Amino acid sequence: MRPAILLPAFVLPAFVLIGAALLAVPARAQESETPPLVHQHWSFDGVFGTFDNAAAQRGLQVYQQVCSACHSMKQMYYRNLAGIGLNEDQIKAFAAAILVPGPADESGQPTQRPALPSDHFKSPFPNDEAARAANGGALPPDQSVLEKAREGGPDYIYALLNGYSDPPAGMKMQQGMNYNRYFPGNQIAMPQPLHGNDVTYVDGTPSSLEQEAHDVTTFLAFAANPELNERHATGVKAVLFLVFLTGITYALKRKIWADVH
Amino acid sequence: MAGLHKSDFANPVINWIDTRLPIFTMMQKEYGTFPTPKNFNYFWNFGALAVVALMVMIVTGIFLAMNYTPNVTMAFDSVERIMRDVNYGWLIRYVHMNGASMFFIVVYIHIFRGLYYGSYKTPRELLWMIGVVLLLLMMATAFMGYVLPWGQMSYWGATVITNLFSAIPVVGPGIVTWLWGGFSVDNPTLNRFFSLHYLLPFVIVGVLFLHVAALHITGSNNPLGIDVKSPQDTLPFHPYYTIKDSVGVCVFLLVWAVLVCFVPNYLGHVDNYTPANPMATPADVVPEWYFLPFYAILRSVPNKLGGVSMMFGSILVMFVLPWFDTSPVRSCRFRPIYRQLMWVLVADALLLGAVGAHPPQGIWVVIGRVCTAYYFLHFLVILPFLGKLERPLPLPESISRPVIAGGGGGLPGGAPAKPMEKP
Ligand code: HEC
Ligand code: HEM
Repeated sequence: MRPAILLPAFVLPAFVLIGAALLAVPARAQESETPPLVHQHWSFDGVFGTFDNAAAQRGLQVYQQVCSACHSMKQMYYRNLAGIGLNEDQIKAFAAAILVPGPADESGQPTQRPALPSDHFKSPFPNDEAARAANGGALPPDQSVLEKAREGGPDYIYALLNGYSDPPAGMKMQQGMNYNRYFPGNQIAMPQPLHGNDVTYVDGTPSSLEQEAHDVTTFLAFAANPELNERHATGVKAVLFLVFLTGITYALKRKIWADVH
Repeated sequence: MAGLHKSDFANPVINWIDTRLPIFTMMQKEYGTFPTPKNFNYFWNFGALAVVALMVMIVTGIFLAMNYTPNVTMAFDSVERIMRDVNYGWLIRYVHMNGASMFFIVVYIHIFRGLYYGSYKTPRELLWMIGVVLLLLMMATAFMGYVLPWGQMSYWGATVITNLFSAIPVVGPGIVTWLWGGFSVDNPTLNRFFSLHYLLPFVIVGVLFLHVAALHITGSNNPLGIDVKSPQDTLPFHPYYTIKDSVGVCVFLLVWAVLVCFVPNYLGHVDNYTPANPMATPADVVPEWYFLPFYAILRSVPNKLGGVSMMFGSILVMFVLPWFDTSPVRSCRFRPIYRQLMWVLVADALLLGAVGAHPPQGIWVVIGRVCTAYYFLHFLVILPFLGKLERPLPLPESISRPVIAGGGGGLPGGAPAKPMEKP
């Protein structure tokens, strides 16, 4: 029995099988009826990526004027907006334009007060039941970490916002549902939120649908990963340091072992 | 036995302590001059790496626990608060989260090393069995830790896995209620899981101590799998292996840092960023990657009790492994057939992992069953019979022989000497 024959006979087919299986893994996430996501260019991609503050600020405007009518963002404080380049005065002014519940007045009646930088983002509905009631039974998910909670992350959200159209001929839509190419099952309760020209950008950028979708996705990515800029910078430094450390440790190892063989 | 220790340390303070409590002498003996086979390859790094991983997990875990709230209404938000408002909270949490994966990668390679070089064989059976206990404790710890952030996968993973116990006849459902502390996974479950998740790592430290104690009785195995014959075969642990382990630690930390800083959620599941919701089952409940092969075995058996037994059995066979392997030769380097079957086993385990990641439909069911059967076939049938049938290659006389003669680390794994001729 020549053992060498066993290698090709057993091991290779086994590895080919694994290869095939592992290649098939990413396909799991995609439902058959949704097209594959197109990878967009994001400023926060890659090892050196950081948030494009101008895009994130425009995205904040889209969130504030469109999405926040239905979606909460409970983990965020107004002070967190410093992370996309707003200064203290801008944050104060942004918050002050929003009314939040204040302390009861002398007669015990609820009051309202302008929000402070230390306040959480205001939620559109007092509770999930109210949110469902206003949205035909569907709950608009909280957007604090939504970008991390979907396979495909920013590419998915971008695709979803651009994915509305009339349903293909013959498709039966359920009551109150909207056709979206990228939503699993293709029927989503959220009516198309962006059409283009939904906001007038303060920085004068033309607000096409693609532009708005791109900007609000950048803002959602920031909301979900406020530490990203710092994390990437730390990573670059840590990797350089550890590569250096590995190098000198290995050199030392060679030196210590030089007398062994 | 009572009496002061005669210490050799020159430093008066160390000498004073060492005379009364000879821990310095012990450290010197076990980690300084400890005679260690001179022919280790880098596979022998992984035990030390596992210890590093455990230490980092304990330190980051303690800091997480300072800010974490084990309550179903607050757990998810408290983890997010750690990520956003605690100083370096994102770092601590991502190090801990990816640390579980790093720990398992390292331990799985460590186990592979033991299998390939026959480190489980006499006289190291007990050392090996203690290792299997460590694996079980790690699994329990990681499972309960994953429940703590109270996302969708936390909740549904906990529900699916605890429900497995209901397969036990008669007492099963009672056990499940007892585990839950109620009639579903809920606040009492989260509370006890937090308590146990804090406790078990320290149990691991204790068992690890026994593991290392047993190792220092038998001494280490080595890539040739032959016994140390003379002092020529060994080197003092320090500085030779302290420095070699340090090289491994640097690379290990490098990989960990890349995961944490650039792709912290790559190994996780997106659904765990959706807060737990008992009313909405995720499309597909999948465990963390390190449990996938076992999950595949569980789902490959059509009968629930059978699946559960096979899943636990797949780890329990490791306990009896030393007695199922009949070959007198330890290292796969000298077992031409078994060496290849070892790689088939690796392929089998990886395939089981892929099966576990897919819904049990179509071809995956078939692959899952074949791989499950092969896994047990390997340990229960191939191992006992092959040991009797296989003709091992001639063993070198001693560790130092080939090292001195070849100058390059003994017989290379790929191209060993010709097999013995039939007598
Ligand atoms: C009229 C209310 C409304 C507005 C305005 C709105 N949404 Fe939604 N959104 C919903 C509802 C309802 C759902 C839940 C859909 C479902 O589950 O079918 C949803 C779901 C989503 C989802 C999750 C889809 C998934 O994969 O589950 C994303 C992402 C999203 N919205 C983004 C946005 C963005 C970005 C904006 C602002 C540009 C926005 N939404 C504005 C109501 C709204
Ligand atoms: C054997 C070592 C350990 C392993 C394998 C382990 C594993 C895990 C895992 C997989 C998670 C879930 C991470 C996530 O998805 O967010 C987790 C969370 C957690 N662990 Fe550990 N852990 C270990 C040690 C410890 C120790 C010693 C402590 C406390 C002293 C601790 C405290 C926590 C806390 C508070 C959380 C919740 C916060 C979070 O989810 O990030 N862990 N652990």
